[in-house]
Amino acid sequence: MKIEDVLKNRILVLDGAMGTMIQRYTLEEKDFRGERFKEHPHPLKGNNDLLSITRPDIIKEIHRQYLAAGSDIIETNTFSSTRVAQADYHLESLAYELNYESAKIAKEVADEFTSKEPHKPRYVAGALGPTNKTASISPHVNDPGYRAITFDQLAETYYEQARGLVDGGADLLLVETIFDTLNAKAALFAIQQLFEDTGKQLPIMVSGTITDASGRTLSGQTTEAFLVSLSHVPMLSIGLNCALGASQLRPYLQVLAKEADCFVSAYPNAGLPNAFGHYDQTPDEMAAQVEEYLKEGLVNIVGGCCGSTPDHIKKIAEVAAKYKPRVAEVAHA
Amino acid sequence: MHKHLRLSGLEPVTVTPASNFVNIGERTNVTGSARFLKLIKEDKLDEALEVALDQVRGGAQVIDVNMDEGMLDSQAAMVRFLNLMAAEPEISRIPVMIDSSKWEVIEAGLKCLQGKGIVNSISMKAGEAEFIRQAKLVRRYGAAVVVMAFDEQGQADTFERRISICKRAYDILVNQVKFPPEDIIFDPNIFPVATGIEEHRNYAVDFFKAARWIRENLPHAHVSGGVSNVSFSFRGNQKVREAMHAAFLYHAIQHGMDMGIVNPTMLEVYDEIDKELLERVEDVLLNRRDDATERLLEFAETVKGSVKKKEADDAWRKGSVEERITHALVKGIIDFIDQDTEEARLKYNKPLEVIEGPLMDGMNVVGDLFGAGKMFLPQVVKSARVMKKAVAYLEPFLQEEKRRSGDVGKPAARILLATVKGDVHDIGKNIVGVVLACNNYDVIDLGVMVPADKILERAKQEKVDIIGLSGLITPSLDEMVSVAKEMQRQKFDLPLLIGGATTSRIHTAVKIDPVYDGPVVHVLDASRSVPVASEFISTTTRKAFKDRTKLEYQKLRTEHESRRQEKNFISIAEARKNQTPIDWTQLSVQKPSFLGNKVLLDFPLEELRKYIDWTPFFQTWMLAGRYPGILTDPVVGAEAKKLFDDAQRMLDKVIKDKSLKANGVVGFYPAKRTATDDVKLYGDERADQPFATFHFLRQQNKKAAGLPNFSLADFIAPESSGKTDYIGMFAVTAGVGIEKLIAEYQAVHDDYSDIMVKALADRLAEAFAECLHERVRKEYWGYASDEQLTNTELIAEKYQGIRPAPGYPACPDHTEKRILFEVLEAEHHAGIRLTESFAMYPASSVSGFYFSHPQSKYFGLGKIEIDQVEEYAERKGMKVEDVERWLAPNLAYD
Repeated sequence: MKIEDVLKNRILVLDGAMGTMIQRYTLEEKDFRGERFKEHPHPLKGNNDLLSITRPDIIKEIHRQYLAAGSDIIETNTFSSTRVAQADYHLESLAYELNYESAKIAKEVADEFTSKEPHKPRYVAGALGPTNKTASISPHVNDPGYRAITFDQLAETYYEQARGLVDGGADLLLVETIFDTLNAKAALFAIQQLFEDTGKQLPIMVSGTITDASGRTLSGQTTEAFLVSLSHVPMLSIGLNCALGASQLRPYLQVLAKEADCFVSAYPNAGLPNAFGHYDQTPDEMAAQVEEYLKEGLVNIVGGCCGSTPDHIKKIAEVAAKYKPRVAEVAHA
Repeated sequence: MHKHLRLSGLEPVTVTPASNFVNIGERTNVTGSARFLKLIKEDKLDEALEVALDQVRGGAQVIDVNMDEGMLDSQAAMVRFLNLMAAEPEISRIPVMIDSSKWEVIEAGLKCLQGKGIVNSISMKAGEAEFIRQAKLVRRYGAAVVVMAFDEQGQADTFERRISICKRAYDILVNQVKFPPEDIIFDPNIFPVATGIEEHRNYAVDFFKAARWIRENLPHAHVSGGVSNVSFSFRGNQKVREAMHAAFLYHAIQHGMDMGIVNPTMLEVYDEIDKELLERVEDVLLNRRDDATERLLEFAETVKGSVKKKEADDAWRKGSVEERITHALVKGIIDFIDQDTEEARLKYNKPLEVIEGPLMDGMNVVGDLFGAGKMFLPQVVKSARVMKKAVAYLEPFLQEEKRRSGDVGKPAARILLATVKGDVHDIGKNIVGVVLACNNYDVIDLGVMVPADKILERAKQEKVDIIGLSGLITPSLDEMVSVAKEMQRQKFDLPLLIGGATTSRIHTAVKIDPVYDGPVVHVLDASRSVPVASEFISTTTRKAFKDRTKLEYQKLRTEHESRRQEKNFISIAEARKNQTPIDWTQLSVQKPSFLGNKVLLDFPLEELRKYIDWTPFFQTWMLAGRYPGILTDPVVGAEAKKLFDDAQRMLDKVIKDKSLKANGVVGFYPAKRTATDDVKLYGDERADQPFATFHFLRQQNKKAAGLPNFSLADFIAPESSGKTDYIGMFAVTAGVGIEKLIAEYQAVHDDYSDIMVKALADRLAEAFAECLHERVRKEYWGYASDEQLTNTELIAEKYQGIRPAPGYPACPDHTEKRILFEVLEAEHHAGIRLTESFAMYPASSVSGFYFSHPQSKYFGLGKIEIDQVEEYAERKGMKVEDVERWLAPNLAYD
């Protein structure tokens, strides 16, 4: 079934954090390396995306837990599977394969569930993260005109990532955790180029990150400016994720709910981190805050970001089932 | 259905019928502004950015950037400038119009915009295929587009050509490219009128008609144009041009033009145009009479040349070149110094004679006036700036002379100045440098954070006559001792001058003088530096002065020794029994409004300005007196006022161009005091393991009855009380960006501005600390939410709670700053770094703790005994000798 049609009838549930779940396995350097990267001259511990190749069993198990908890859409384990981000591990050349494999295993698990419950089709969103560089901010305080990466370099790296995700079987593409809108524009430029080159189109989801109570992205845009800046792209959905907990995200979701003429998504963190960087919001607390969005009819897709677990998603899915999805007023009509 | 054009910079802009007319700022255009072109060519990008900022502040809703000039690498200039604009939030708030006739420049520009901007422009000049290709890309980059009425045949100059081209372009864009019609803006060509050429007479009327036709026939599309083109024939006559622009816009808007490239700061109001001028302008624009052009030209002659030039009071320019140079030096006038110096150079035999003759004569007058208290430091610094400029002018001639004659001239006495390793403070040292330079010393300034080996190496290389060390924080005292020891080891015998805020005669006598056999003198302030230096330079006084000082310091040491033995101390255990009596059972602690850290980036300086305590600012400039009384003081009032006005101007500038920025971080944590004066911090109230610990010291001198032996720990509830208390902390800086300003000032030998900006940044940092403390009391912590105090009362600290800083009297251990910085992540969040001596960099930074208890107060630790030092070392996990080194000024024993 086409996801656009499903979205008209109910609120869809995304999955929760991948990193938080991987931490539970307390993996060591050797797990990340597997046989294949035994001799890799640089440390690989912490390269979570690599586990799709070296420990696919773990990644599949996490996907399964989220699907069992009620996720309609799972994200591929590809947040950092770009040449730019993999450069930290000297694994640039692996970018395509990481995306391909991650999409492939996610799709396998999603299909298992779809075949068991055909009335609840599961989708795989190929995740494109922000990379660790910003195209519109200088990393040097004394040289504000400097840029550590260009639009062209980003477009190239995202093109490769999107190609891997599409070839691996992703149903959707999700450009997420956008803290610099110019990075996202490069990603979307590349995706549209890929669609044109291959003749195959997937629905595109977009999700930005409001970094703090200023209500702006890291690159300084307000939520509405963010929406306007990306409105040239035909989007399935636009939304917000990460950085804030569900209740802090609400005022910015209201802006999107009012202005966007596509579907709206939200996958906040499980509250704000405590002094040790841990998220301690309980599944019930988080679901209660998410329920506020649902009551207001702000969203069509909900899920969790940092700190959220299958338990959180289960509660959120239960709450989501009780409400009707947001109806876009086709803004400016 | 209404479709509105939506654009964005950092904020959105929606063009609706209600928005009437969108101003597109035009001054950042090298083809339209000679000044902007010059700034770009000369790479004066900061000033170029100011042009952009002026446009935004003047009301531009979109900003046009054009770099199309034959002599420029337009593509590189476009990228560079857009990237710089992106770093200025006040500019990048609004959308950008990328203006170029070259597609490569446009495409490069599009790759720099995170927002949705406008491309200006594309057209069918090179045929439909290219037009479609470019339009598709514009869309894919996410921009709106201006389409010029231009096709394969050329630019449309009649009504019919205008509308037929626009119609054709619109159909292609909407139907083939699927370009949203609301994102299409037509530019139906604004051409000059009143050119004297018959065919041009109807240009404005045709534009108006075309505008109306487009708005009526091409749904959702917009009409724009470059307005200043219309008045091209009247270049140089701003009054007529502005009237033409206003009148043109008035009619064009009536006809549906809804955007325009204008200079928003120069827009005349239609109703305020001189009626006679307006009539003649409209005759031209609307092509109402055959002699319209002649009549406007005729009128234009009468309104020309109304700008008056201010005659400067320059009677002094009539004096001899020597008199002029002296006048310029005494008055600090820099404008004519190069030409006067050149005149003197031609008059005298050698360039060196200009320096030793008229320039030094002038500086001697300055030195005499300063010595007699008739000139003040700010004036002297300005004089020095003039002197330096003159010397810089002569420098190439001096080199040439040297090369030709081999004569190096008589070397001046040479003084090396440095702020020691680990310390970043240099205002005082720079002032000393200026004062010495004014008195004919050759000053070699090594800057800040200079290690001992570098100081001594340069001293040897440059054959200096005197070494001067400066420092502000207490660890620098120790570093100065190290430098002196190293001088002894390397068998130096140069005089060593010691200066800076924490230095003292007694410290110099007790700690530095004994380790170095050469002469050592503590210099109280800049005005003392000249007499001290001259005693050492003169061969007749040198020996006697050294002996006298050595003897004096020996006496001071003996006195110090005897006084110290009289002091009475109690054990740390006894001191703890005599702690501040606080009844914790009565305490109800106010919980802060948040726990953890809060980051304040780019805090508005405008706000901080109100909190400035000006008195220390005048102290920096060696003007004695309290603000505001000092401004009307009979002796220094006039100079203080000038200095104050200069300070206000510089504040205006740094606020306007955002060349200085203030960042800070503030945090609150649950806290418990241990029995040994440690304060443990917890992540939240439920946490059972502390994640950080602060270590406080306690007074140990014997107190009179009823007076407690204070420790800052007293103001936090003890673990045993079972209460949850909180501690706050902060780190702020107002020095972000200062290096660039300093480099600029130093490049032009402008010591005055150099010292001024540092002094102001220091004041702003203190003001930030004061302002933040108020917010903390009223809001973030909120224990005094109803407080109402004036700035004077704030400066007098008439509020509840304190904000003591590590390294200062109540908690003199600088190493605690490391813990403070780790908890706050101050380097990461606010960009403040700690040096190896725990000085904060940028220097204009303040950090400290917050205590809220009503009985909390400032005090000085005074001297402490070895029992506390040993225990403290154990608490901190440090070696006793390390603790002794850091706390050297506070030890009651040797």
